[in-house]
Amino acid sequence: MKRTIFLFVVALAWLMAGSATSAGHHLYKADVDISDKASLQRGARTFVNYCMGCHSAAYMRYNRMGDDLGIEESILQNNLMFGTDKSGDTMTIAMQKDDAEKFFGTAPPDLSVNARSRGADWLFTYFMTFYRDDSRPFGVNNLAFKDVAMPHVLWELQGIQKPVYKTVQKEDGSQREVIDHLELETPGTLDSDGYQNTVNDLVNFLVYVGEPAQIQRRSVGVIVILYLLVLLVIVYLLKKEFWKDIH
Amino acid sequence: MSKLINGGIKLLNNTLGWIDDRFPLTKTWNEHLAQYYAPKNFNFWYYFGSLALLVLVIQIVTGIWLTMNYKPSAEHAFASVEYIMRDVNWGWWIRYMHSTGSSAFFIVIYLHMFRGMMYGSYKRPRELLWLTGMFIYLILMAEAFFGYLLPWGQMSYWGAQVIISLFGAIPFIGPELAEWIRGDYVVSDVTLNRFFSFHVIAVPLVLCGLVGLHIFALHEVGSNNPDGVEIKKHKDANGIPLDGIPFHPYYTVKDIVAVVVFLIFFCLVVFFNPEMGGYFLEHANFIPADPLKTPEHIAPVWYFTPFYAILRAVPDKLLGVVAMGASTLIFMTLPWLDRSPVKSIRYRGWKYRTALTIFVITFISLGWLGMQVATPNVTLASRIFAVIYFLFFLLMPFYTANDTDKPVPDRVT
Amino acid sequence: MQDGGIDKKRRHFLTAAATVVGGAGVIATAIPFVSTLSPSAKTKAVGGPIEVDISGLKLGERMVEKWRGKPVWILRRSEESLADLSGMTDILRDPESEVEQQPEYAKNEYRSVNPEYLVVIGLCTHLGCSPNYLARNEANDFGADWKGGFFCPCHGSKFDLAGRVYKGVPAPDNLVVPKYQFISKSKILIGDDSVGNGTGASS
Repeated sequence: MKRTIFLFVVALAWLMAGSATSAGHHLYKADVDISDKASLQRGARTFVNYCMGCHSAAYMRYNRMGDDLGIEESILQNNLMFGTDKSGDTMTIAMQKDDAEKFFGTAPPDLSVNARSRGADWLFTYFMTFYRDDSRPFGVNNLAFKDVAMPHVLWELQGIQKPVYKTVQKEDGSQREVIDHLELETPGTLDSDGYQNTVNDLVNFLVYVGEPAQIQRRSVGVIVILYLLVLLVIVYLLKKEFWKDIH
Repeated sequence: MSKLINGGIKLLNNTLGWIDDRFPLTKTWNEHLAQYYAPKNFNFWYYFGSLALLVLVIQIVTGIWLTMNYKPSAEHAFASVEYIMRDVNWGWWIRYMHSTGSSAFFIVIYLHMFRGMMYGSYKRPRELLWLTGMFIYLILMAEAFFGYLLPWGQMSYWGAQVIISLFGAIPFIGPELAEWIRGDYVVSDVTLNRFFSFHVIAVPLVLCGLVGLHIFALHEVGSNNPDGVEIKKHKDANGIPLDGIPFHPYYTVKDIVAVVVFLIFFCLVVFFNPEMGGYFLEHANFIPADPLKTPEHIAPVWYFTPFYAILRAVPDKLLGVVAMGASTLIFMTLPWLDRSPVKSIRYRGWKYRTALTIFVITFISLGWLGMQVATPNVTLASRIFAVIYFLFFLLMPFYTANDTDKPVPDRVT
Repeated sequence: MQDGGIDKKRRHFLTAAATVVGGAGVIATAIPFVSTLSPSAKTKAVGGPIEVDISGLKLGERMVEKWRGKPVWILRRSEESLADLSGMTDILRDPESEVEQQPEYAKNEYRSVNPEYLVVIGLCTHLGCSPNYLARNEANDFGADWKGGFFCPCHGSKFDLAGRVYKGVPAPDNLVVPKYQFISKSKILIGDDSVGNGTGASS
C-alpha cells in the first residue's frame, strides 16, 4: 500500500511537470548584472551579515570571491570572514544541521547554487514579499514561498508589510478572500527604493555565487566565437576551391 | 635543403611501405576515404552523420576528463560536480561541453534519422545499416539515462526512480527486476555506482563498436543520396561510379565547413547559455537529491519527452510501458513496412509526403506535450497524437503500396 | 575532373591556411584540458601554510607534521650536535648547501633560521622514501662515531643532523628545507615566509 501511494505521488509529480517555475504570485523582475562589482560587493556584505547566520555557501571560496569581486585581502579578512577562517576556506557556517532543524523545523539550505534552482526573479520576489501573518511561528509569511519556515531577516531594513485582501468570486458562485497586494505597515530603516536596491544587490550576488565562472565563461566565449568565424571563412573558401572540380 | 626534404620524403615513404607490408594502412585509408566514392549530390541533410561522430568524440574526451574529478557516491557526487564547476581549472568548460554535448547528440541523431526517412536510406540494400543505426540510437538513450543520474540532483534522482519503476510494470518479475536494477529498495548510492560504471565504460564501449559497424556497413553498400538512385549502376571504364566523387578531399573539406558551423552553435550554448532555459540543464537538478521529497515540477529531459508523452497517454501501467517501448523499437521495422519502389521523397507521391509531414508534427507535438502538466486536454491531445504516431507505421504498407510516385531519374540530378 | 582550371597555388595556400588556423585552434583547445590536471583551487587551499607549536619539543627530539601531504620534520638540536656539524665537511657531498634545496635564509651551516631548530621535508632526495631518525646516542650500524642523523631504509642514503647528504650514498642532494618563518618564539608557520625571517629567532 505504502509503495502504491509512493509511486502515485511520484507519478503525480511527474504529471504536474511544467516549464513554469512557480505558480501563484506573479514574479518581479530582478536586474542582474554580474559585471557590476560594486553591486556584488554590497550584496556580499548583506549576505555575510544577514544570511550567513543560518545559510552556508559551502562550495564558494572566500579568496575566489575576493578575486572576482575585487575585494582586498585585508577587507576580506576583517569584514567578510569569521575569525577562524582562512582565505582558501569555503563559506561554511557553525550552525549544526540538527540544531537548525529543531529550531526552524527544516535545515536552512546551502545557498551555493540556490540562484540556479530558484532563478533570480523568484529570489527577488521572495525578499520583497514577506508579510505579517500572526498564525506563523515567526509571525511572517511570504507570497513567493507559502508558509516559509524562515523569519524575515531583513525586516529592519524593509519594515513590516501587511496584506490587503480582496474578494473574488469563484466559478461555483462562492466568494473567497485573496491577497491583492502588500502595504507597508511599519517603515524600516531603508525607504522603498533603498530596500529594492539592497535586495537586488543580494540577488545579484547570489547569482554570481551560483556560478562564479560565468564572468570568465562569457569573455572566453567571445574569443572562441570570433576565432570560429575566421576559421569558417577559410574553410568555406577551401571547400569552394576544391568543389570547382565537381560539375 | 632540398636534399634534406627529399631524404625526409624518402624516409616517410619507406616507413609507410614497411607498415603497409604488415598492416593495411594505405588500403584502409583508400577504402574509407580517398577511394570511397560518395554521390556528388549530398545536400544539407547529409552533414549529420559526420557531426554525430564529432559529438561522440567530444563526449568521450570531455567524459574522460570529468571522470578524473567526479566521485560516484551519493555523499560526494553533487559536491564533486560543483567542485568541477568551481575549483578545477577550466572544469566548468569541460562540464558544459559534456552537458551541451548530450543534447547536441540527440539533435544531430534525430536530424540524421529524419534524413533517412526522407530519402529512404533504410530501404534495400541498406536495411542492416538502418538497424545498426537504430541500435546506436537505443544504446545512446541508455547512455543518456545512466549519465543523467550522475549529477545526483533532484531531477537525476527522481527521473531514475520513475524510469526504473517502469520495469516494475512487467508481470510477475517486475518488482524484483526493478530492485535488481537498483540494487536497493530505492535509487541509492549502490545504484549510482553501477550507473557510473555503465555510463563511463560498458555502454560507451558498445556504442563505439556499433558506430564502427555502422560505418563499415555504410562503406560496403555505399551512401544513399537525395535522389535515391544507386550510383553504382553507372560506372566508367575504371569501375568508378560516374556520379561518385572521392570522399577525401571533397567531402572532408565540405564536412569541415559543417563542423565549424556546428561548433559555432555549440559554443554559443556552452559559453553563453549552458542551461538553455532549463532544457539542457534543468533548474531542479541544482538541488541535491533528496529521497524523501519529490520536486514540485519534474519532466524528463527534452529528448525523451515524445516517448514519455506516449507512456502517459495510456491509462494502464503495463500497456503504457509496452506502448513506450514499442514507439522506440518500431523504427526498426521501417525497411519492411515501406513498400514503395521509390526511395527519395523527391519522387514520392502525395500520400507518403503527407504521412511524413504529419509524423514530424506528431513527433514534435508529443515532445512538447511530454513536458506539460498532464491536464485533461494535454492527455487527450497526447492520446490523439500517440494513435497517429503508430498509424504512421502501421498503415505504411498500405499508403506506400499504391502511392502516386513520380518516375525516378537514371542518374543523380 | 579536369586539371586545366585548377589554381594549384590557391589550393595549396588555402589548405595551408586552414591547417595552420585549425591546428592553432586544436592546440588552444588542448591547453585548458592540460591545465585541468594541475592542482585545483581546493588542493591549493588545503596546501596552504600550517602553524606548528614547538613549545613542547625537547632537546634532541624530532616532531613530524603533515604539510601538502608530505612529512615535515622539526628537530631540536643540542649545543653538542650543533658543534658536530662543522666537523662533518669531509664526509658530506654538499656541506655548504650550494645546491638550491633551501630558501636563502637557510643556506648556512645549520641549514636553518634558528640554529636550534631544523625544519626539513622528510623525504629522501633519491626516490622519495621517508628516512628514519637516529639520534647520536642511539644504537646504530654505522660505528661509534655516528653523530646522529637520518638513514633511509629504502636504498641506504644517510643525512646528518642538518639534513645534508653523505658521500657515497644514492641520494644526490641535501634534504629540502621548505619555506617557513617563526611567528613567535614557540610557533612556526610552514609554507609561508612572507613576513620575513630572523625576527622570532633572535627574540
